[in-house]
Amino acid sequence: MIGIRQIELEIMRYDPEKDEEPHFQTYSVPCREDWAILDAINYVKDELDTTLAYRWSCHMMVCGSCGMMVNGEPSLTCKTFVRDLPDKVRIEPLENFPIERDLVVVLDDVMQKLHQVKPYIIRKDPPPKDKEFTQSRVDLSKFKQLTMCINCMCCYAACPQYGLDKNFIGPAALSLAHRYNLDSRDQGKSERLNILADHDGVWECSFVGACSEVCPKHVDPAAALQQMKIDGAIEWWKQKLGMTGEKS
Amino acid sequence: MEHIKADVVIVGAGGGGLRAAIAIAEKNPDLEVALISKVYPMRSHTCAAEGGAAGVKTADDSLQMHFDDTVGGGDWLSDQDVVEHFVEQAPRELVQLEHWGCPWSREDDGSVAVRPFGGMKKKRTWYAADKSGFHILHTLFQTSLQFPSIKRYDEYFALDLLHKDGKCRGVVAMEMRSGRFFHFNSPVVLMATGGGGQVFPFTTNGAVKTGDGMAMAYRAGVPLKDMEFVQYHPTGLPGTGILLTEGCRGEGGILVNKNGYRYLQDYGMGPETPVGETVLKTMELGPRDRLSQAFWHEQKKGNTIETPWGECVMLDMRHLGEKKINERLPLVRELASSYVGHDPVTDPVPVRPVIHFMMGGIDCNLKGETRMPGLFALGETACSGLHGANRLGSNSLTDLLVSGKLTADTACEYAKTAGGSADDPALTAQAEAIVTGIRELLQQSGGDESISGIRREMRTSLEEGAGIYRDEKGAVTTCEKVAELRKRYVNIEVNDKSNVFNTDLQSALELRNLLVVAETVAEASLQRRESRGAHQRLDYTERDDVNFLKHSLCFRQPDDRPRVEWSEVTITRSQPGVRDYSGDKK
Repeated sequence: MIGIRQIELEIMRYDPEKDEEPHFQTYSVPCREDWAILDAINYVKDELDTTLAYRWSCHMMVCGSCGMMVNGEPSLTCKTFVRDLPDKVRIEPLENFPIERDLVVVLDDVMQKLHQVKPYIIRKDPPPKDKEFTQSRVDLSKFKQLTMCINCMCCYAACPQYGLDKNFIGPAALSLAHRYNLDSRDQGKSERLNILADHDGVWECSFVGACSEVCPKHVDPAAALQQMKIDGAIEWWKQKLGMTGEKS
Repeated sequence: MEHIKADVVIVGAGGGGLRAAIAIAEKNPDLEVALISKVYPMRSHTCAAEGGAAGVKTADDSLQMHFDDTVGGGDWLSDQDVVEHFVEQAPRELVQLEHWGCPWSREDDGSVAVRPFGGMKKKRTWYAADKSGFHILHTLFQTSLQFPSIKRYDEYFALDLLHKDGKCRGVVAMEMRSGRFFHFNSPVVLMATGGGGQVFPFTTNGAVKTGDGMAMAYRAGVPLKDMEFVQYHPTGLPGTGILLTEGCRGEGGILVNKNGYRYLQDYGMGPETPVGETVLKTMELGPRDRLSQAFWHEQKKGNTIETPWGECVMLDMRHLGEKKINERLPLVRELASSYVGHDPVTDPVPVRPVIHFMMGGIDCNLKGETRMPGLFALGETACSGLHGANRLGSNSLTDLLVSGKLTADTACEYAKTAGGSADDPALTAQAEAIVTGIRELLQQSGGDESISGIRREMRTSLEEGAGIYRDEKGAVTTCEKVAELRKRYVNIEVNDKSNVFNTDLQSALELRNLLVVAETVAEASLQRRESRGAHQRLDYTERDDVNFLKHSLCFRQPDDRPRVEWSEVTITRSQPGVRDYSGDKK
């Protein structure tokens, strides 16, 4: 049998149409020990208070919708289990983002940043005709981990630099740029260089590493950013010296 | 109400909607595309697909074999012109995705790897570990960002279609963050909203999958086709319904009952194959409908295992070893360990059949054209007749690409002749009426029905009357129950009166759409008095090609249950035959 435990959920509420400030509302939820904390939030929505607003969909750690602060930690709520939590759990919207409503944050800025880094294959030569590129497993492994990002934005909520300066491109978007830079099929590194080496790019990162600690998919943006600093410096010198440095 | 003009509107920004948007932007950059989605594109449920996408790849395979597997897998209800186009275009689309950067898994020589999948005679499933749908979705989303003619409307909830003189003329949507209404004025609308698995209690489908596009088309007078064909995936995690990919079995996982016996051999899918050796198109690599039905029989016989989450069988992958599991099935390992505490490296994992996919949907042809000019459909929300009575695993991700591309091309041609999106007072009035209806729903108070209450009753009833096995009595009861719920729906209370990100209102509107899916699934299940593919009747146990080699079409009736009509199946080169999954040993 799976046990039931009563948990006090303190959930941040904020409706800009009627609240001047966010406040907390407490719900007592009979939680199964095998539940994710998202299940408890869904219980509140279905059984206790239908007005609660939050995002969720897949409930299997892949759609990236349900990132929230759980007891102060940026967390994917479908991946954060009741069995690992105390009897009192505080749920807040992700840090470092404006609150749209309750647990829903405004994502415009990070969506724009994902766009800004040109996260797509850029080719100078045409791809092979009617067949795939050859890519060795070693080449694939150079960027594979960076493709795992689900855009849950927990890393932005954890990032002290993004907290201070919203111009900082930030962990997920920079890692995404690095993912394409490292892809043997891509020839767009120099096009991305200006964005990344800019004052809002990789050099702003203070290497606290909080992004990697909270990443539910083990993408390790912090390591990616350090690699990018080295790459950026090399690339800068190559351009100075008139070497294109692109993969063919 | 805000007014937006676009040359093409696409509703839904999952794999299909994004593929269509890119196709339009590449070929016709002068056409402005409005891409409307109720969630950010990368939240779309395409992300949850695990196993892979089918397309002929190896020298020993052929388009004919992929065709035969698909048509036979669909129990001959597939429209064969659609299947022919699909298998031809599949490899091209998958290569295109590779050129766009999809991180497909690789063979030793650096070519894209393929894995075995259920019902497929050859290895032809392209995969990116066990996150294929996720990588396809993100590749398409990221690729789409380079096209300035694609204008996204993220977190806009589409409400209903606009139409005049029998032609589609746009759609009305609500911006979630503001509650403002938008009139999208366009002669072309593509529906790419996915399926409606949320109509059942136990499903792999995410919360977003509420049949919105199907319901909008249906309310606009377009029939829903083959809705009785709902696929149970044989290996869902108990409790949550989380999918464990068919790739588990493709890589060599086996299914055993409480006696440790590989029971599939008792259901026309034997003889038993050696453990760990992959033999295609038999035993664990049989089709999903047969595997799910076998579970049902095992449960009746008392051969299933009691778990804290209900009756299960065991999916045993231990013999694959940790290295292979980590390389090919890392998500499966994480999901099984986290949600049911069984690590596939050391323990068999409890599984049971779970609602996964709708073969049916908006009635359309090969090119995505519906009977309403200007309205097109693609992907799971559409029913072009590709999957017939049972979809083969890994055909649906490919379908997003193939149908996304062809429907986009067709829609562009139509857009060029359809004329502009002229202002029209009649359409404005129609849009206003839709918005008035929503405002009344939001403002009404004193209702004595709850959204979650009606939803729960609907789901329970669907499982009882339209589950793995159906009969006349159960289906009638479910049809009546859904009709009753539809009446009771008018008395629901939306407690949240805010304009800002009102998920209570959204849930109410999604429930309205789910009730459409529910009534059509139930009615078509009742009216199809035969057994075929995923539709199995205990009272009509045989396939009946004389009376039912036909598509069902459900038409909306405002004050009554749906009206069912029948249409012909297109057969080009494969006459109905016997589905044989007994391997090489006949």
